[in-house]
Amino acid sequence: MSKYITARSKRYSYLIEKKAMLTILILLLVTLAIMSVSIGIGELYITPLEVIQSLTGMGNGINDVVIQEFRLPRILIAVIAGASLSLAGAILQGVIRNPLASPDMLGITSGAGFAAVTFITVFSNQSNNLTVSIGYLPVAAVTGAFIMGTVVYLLAWKRGISPVRLILIGVGLMAAAQALTTLMIVLGPIYAAPQATIWLTGSVYATNWKDVYSLLPWFLVLAPLLFTLTRKLNVQELGDDVAASLGHSVNKNRFILLLISTALAGSAVAFTGAIGFVGLIGPHIARRLVGSSFGALLPVSGFLGAIIVLLADLAGRTLFSPLEVPAGVFTAAIGAPYFIYLLSKNHG
Amino acid sequence: MNGVIQSSKMKIAMLALAVLLLAVCMALSVVFGYTNTSWKSAVAAFTDFNGSNQHLIIRNARLPRALIGAAVGISLALAGVLLQAVTRNPIASTDIFGLNAGAGFFIVMAVSFFHISSLQQFTWIAFLGAAVSALTVYILGSSGRGGLTPVKMTLAGAVIAAMFASLTQGMLVANQKALEEVLFWLAGSIQGRKLEFLYPVLPYLLIAWAGSMLMFRQLNTFLLGEDVARSLGQRTLLFKILAGLLIVLLAGGSVAVAGPISFIGIVVPHFARYLIGNDHRWVIPFSAIFGGILLIVADIGARYIVLPEEVPVGVMTALIGTPFFIHIARKGSFK
Repeated sequence: MSKYITARSKRYSYLIEKKAMLTILILLLVTLAIMSVSIGIGELYITPLEVIQSLTGMGNGINDVVIQEFRLPRILIAVIAGASLSLAGAILQGVIRNPLASPDMLGITSGAGFAAVTFITVFSNQSNNLTVSIGYLPVAAVTGAFIMGTVVYLLAWKRGISPVRLILIGVGLMAAAQALTTLMIVLGPIYAAPQATIWLTGSVYATNWKDVYSLLPWFLVLAPLLFTLTRKLNVQELGDDVAASLGHSVNKNRFILLLISTALAGSAVAFTGAIGFVGLIGPHIARRLVGSSFGALLPVSGFLGAIIVLLADLAGRTLFSPLEVPAGVFTAAIGAPYFIYLLSKNHG
Repeated sequence: MNGVIQSSKMKIAMLALAVLLLAVCMALSVVFGYTNTSWKSAVAAFTDFNGSNQHLIIRNARLPRALIGAAVGISLALAGVLLQAVTRNPIASTDIFGLNAGAGFFIVMAVSFFHISSLQQFTWIAFLGAAVSALTVYILGSSGRGGLTPVKMTLAGAVIAAMFASLTQGMLVANQKALEEVLFWLAGSIQGRKLEFLYPVLPYLLIAWAGSMLMFRQLNTFLLGEDVARSLGQRTLLFKILAGLLIVLLAGGSVAVAGPISFIGIVVPHFARYLIGNDHRWVIPFSAIFGGILLIVADIGARYIVLPEEVPVGVMTALIGTPFFIHIARKGSFK
């Protein structure tokens, strides 16, 4: 019996180890378990059993309102955004072939953040409501992410791409984007400032179903699209020369993959702000669990990203209750030391 | 590396010119702004004070702002010179290495949790924050395989900066009331700062300026490489500790007064070295004066760029500094 499960046609190939399937199944269950616990915990405690009852339409009135109006959209956004950020990071690490690459360090999330803050400032009226549909927000954020990614890539190009130069340029442009974002907040209407600050730190605070419905399509299109490209990702990771000799158009593939990565990161940032370091940690733990073949790495990264953001949000809501601490604070507090650990391990 | 200007006489003349330029910029900073004031009334505000609105603005807002701008600019530039020399890293600066963010975080924490409002205490807390992040970055940057490399230290610094920034924002979210007070300060600004903000910090800054000037010989020796410096009889550990102390005083003091202002410390030393070469006898005074000029010019620009609003000067310096940073990052050969 083969160790792998494969799905192949002429243009498409998906390969995954059977052992990895078990990991994915476990992660799926863990994600669902954390979701149901997280839905229950809050000012009004609801037991996991009652949560399941309510979700299957057998709950009571108050529980239904709390769960379905407030907590469920928030949890879903955390899951989708976490998975998106982590997938975006997994792609970047594969394409750039550097374990330190992540949407944050390359400035992509800051670019998306600036675009989103600008969008909110420009299209807000006095009573703090958007004058255009919120569905355009991810479009703005993705555009910002993409422009930033392109600029970083072009500026880092000097007879080829060096990963370290890419990250250094990313860090520099990140500072510029943050300065511009501060500018938008300071110049923008004062009532928007607290909201923008929460948002910049990265939080799933006060999300509603509209947000979920605006973000979901992006994920539902991009994630499956990404899975059809796993073979290309695997080959990219072998290096430009090998990929080219295997008959891949390296630059075209890289461009498409980077495009998907920025779109995933940008759309997530549009609704949760820059929850930092998820795109770094998620793929790394995934690599530890299932190795570096993307067939298994991608789904595992996605689930881990979702779990990280769920836990960060849960911690933010409960540890300092009644205060709410944005999820991004926790991911940064864990992610920054982890990054430095990787740095001292990998960089000679 | 030799600079554009080589003869000592020219250098002295240039330095005198730069000092003059700094004085002119400070005068411009006093006269120009949202409230229209003339040169005449600016002079009269000091010689013939009549209590009018214009005179009050000049004496209580514009002059402190110019003085603080010069002091902070000088300090940040000197911190950049020292840091670039000690780490032998061309893209070192207190903001990239997280010192400014660390000092900012400690101040916001002190305000939110311990309700500290005395300026004297602010200063000490800022020093503490700068020292903690400097040590963290240094230790983390030199741990692991390969020891201390410029790239590793820069990345460690960038991440520590990101972490402190995130923690600061988290704290502000938890404490909404503090937000509006510190938002402008956090972006780096010298607007609305009274001279009372500068007084508690000034003695430390003056000590650090003098200390930097006195260290030029040691800095030059250290630039030859740590091994060479040691074989020439330099006590390199003592040197690094002293330089680190000066950096902490300069960065912490600046942040306590003006908030984290970025990119002055990275741009100015490069420009000074381009102009007059690598000899720190000259690099230090030139960088100091250029730092003051750059911050004041950026501050004047910040008043006009989106009239009638004011932009935090930290935003201006970041926008001016980013192209330089990218240029330097591209120039270095990073593998």
